[in-house]
Amino acid sequence: MATAEEVAKAAERRDVRDRWLLSAPALLVIFLAATGPLLIVLVYSFLTPGSYGDVKWQFSPEAWVSVFLERDIFDDTLSIAAAHVTIFLRSIKLSVVTTIATLVLGFPTAYFMATRSEKTRDLWLFLITIPFWTNLLIRTFAVLQIIRNEGIVNTMLLKLGIISAPIQILYTDTAILIGMAYVYLPLMVLPIYASMEKLDFRLVEAGYDLYASRFQVLRRIIFPLVKPGVIAGSILVFIPALGAYVTPSVLGGGKNMMLSNLIELQFGQGRNWPLGSALSIAVMIIVMVALLAYVRNAGKSGVRHG
Amino acid sequence: MAKNFSIKHQPGFTAIAATCFIVLYLPIIVLVIYAFNAASSTSEWGGFSLKWFQSAWQNTQVVDATLRSFQIGSIAAVLSTIFATMAALATTRTAPYPGLTFKYAAINQPLMVPEIVTGVALLIFFSRIKIFTGYSGIGYLVAAHTAFCIPFAYLPIRARLENMDLTLERAAADLYATPWKAFRRITLPLLWPGILAGLMLAFVISLDDVVITEFVKSGGQDTLPTYMLGQIRRGITPEINAISTAFLLLSVAIVTLFFFVSRKRD
Repeated sequence: MATAEEVAKAAERRDVRDRWLLSAPALLVIFLAATGPLLIVLVYSFLTPGSYGDVKWQFSPEAWVSVFLERDIFDDTLSIAAAHVTIFLRSIKLSVVTTIATLVLGFPTAYFMATRSEKTRDLWLFLITIPFWTNLLIRTFAVLQIIRNEGIVNTMLLKLGIISAPIQILYTDTAILIGMAYVYLPLMVLPIYASMEKLDFRLVEAGYDLYASRFQVLRRIIFPLVKPGVIAGSILVFIPALGAYVTPSVLGGGKNMMLSNLIELQFGQGRNWPLGSALSIAVMIIVMVALLAYVRNAGKSGVRHG
Repeated sequence: MAKNFSIKHQPGFTAIAATCFIVLYLPIIVLVIYAFNAASSTSEWGGFSLKWFQSAWQNTQVVDATLRSFQIGSIAAVLSTIFATMAALATTRTAPYPGLTFKYAAINQPLMVPEIVTGVALLIFFSRIKIFTGYSGIGYLVAAHTAFCIPFAYLPIRARLENMDLTLERAAADLYATPWKAFRRITLPLLWPGILAGLMLAFVISLDDVVITEFVKSGGQDTLPTYMLGQIRRGITPEINAISTAFLLLSVAIVTLFFFVSRKRD
């Protein structure tokens, strides 16, 4: 005869098994069409490029060398590596500036939303959610129409006599920056708002009672309390910005490449799949480092604020 | 100190917020206005006209791409929602068990990787399978979309489940309901708003995808966003504005619906 304990244990084992069966389809699809192929990319990054795209099954560290190092065997490869470094630095710089810009604009916006009355708060949330779920390509296209030479910005400035000739914004880094800040702003506002909504304003009141200035209250009370939201928002903006494809393709023209365009090039005209794979893994590594920093930071602030 | 000292006031914040909301909507409004422009250039206003909507409607490529988007979107949304519902049932309302954290990580994995990397990975993987099997239909796009829609569908379903306790299911079991019957009569009706929200989210996410589709699609498999990207790269006609406007309208309708479904509490 089985004891009650044994029966309970068997039931628990069955429950865990059922739970694995239930989650199997989702895990399988994600493994087959998302996670698994990433491992193939890693393998491909160590192979030799085929003459018509694809790869030859021959080990070669060449792809990784041309990602990181300036090759000094041939002169021509040297210049290509310099271009890679430029694109890496540009992508990281543009992503960091985008993150900062969305933070500077998004923090006050989230604060504004969180300090509205209960009734209107939902409306503001709705207004920020609409752009969030609207097609990114359409929003980028909307920015393109605004900032091009014949666009509303240049037309207005010309009519007002502030400028005498249209400013070339489109197809510059500035255009990419404006576009990314525009499309990713809701990603910054939403998590900050989520933390801000829970903010206990009695703490703010206590700060004022103790003669804190507005800025001191902001810096010493509000900001530390919503820091998890700020970090989450920064990560949510930084990751897609670093891998941004649509915005630089539409607003940067052909010349101002970002990492994703460089990767695409290797699978198109470049016909260097191993290099494209190595670049993709490199992007992943940068993202992972950012995520890790986030996890550590989130852990720390969690301890401090209970 | 001022008579009406508001503790919630921060200087300049309201102005920045107002600017943000205006800046968020202004480009979209301009885009919509120019969809109704009679002139064939997007830089001058030639009077009100619906001709660009008409021309988009008669453009077989646009119609074709739209139908493909809907086809992929609906299959991927339904599949991912079913899988996400099952996964959510398996990962909520339980004491931690071995593998639970792994499941969370695995389900959310598509969110952690930049789309370009997933796109490249699928390009490589599917090109192998294409050579191997000879099949080059939209099955690849459906599989890719289903995978990256799962974490989105999972979010509202899991959130809903976490707010439901097991009391009612236990009561049903006490009254001799089979597990399946208890699920169908108790769990499913209570979970329904979450499932609907997940379904809509997944559909919008699939409909909006550009990057992964761009890398996975074979020739002649343009979805509406990839078709639009191709057109925008080639040059702008107000037809793109018209298509965008119709697309926007659909997205706003779905988001509004989503908002009401997910806000409804029991």
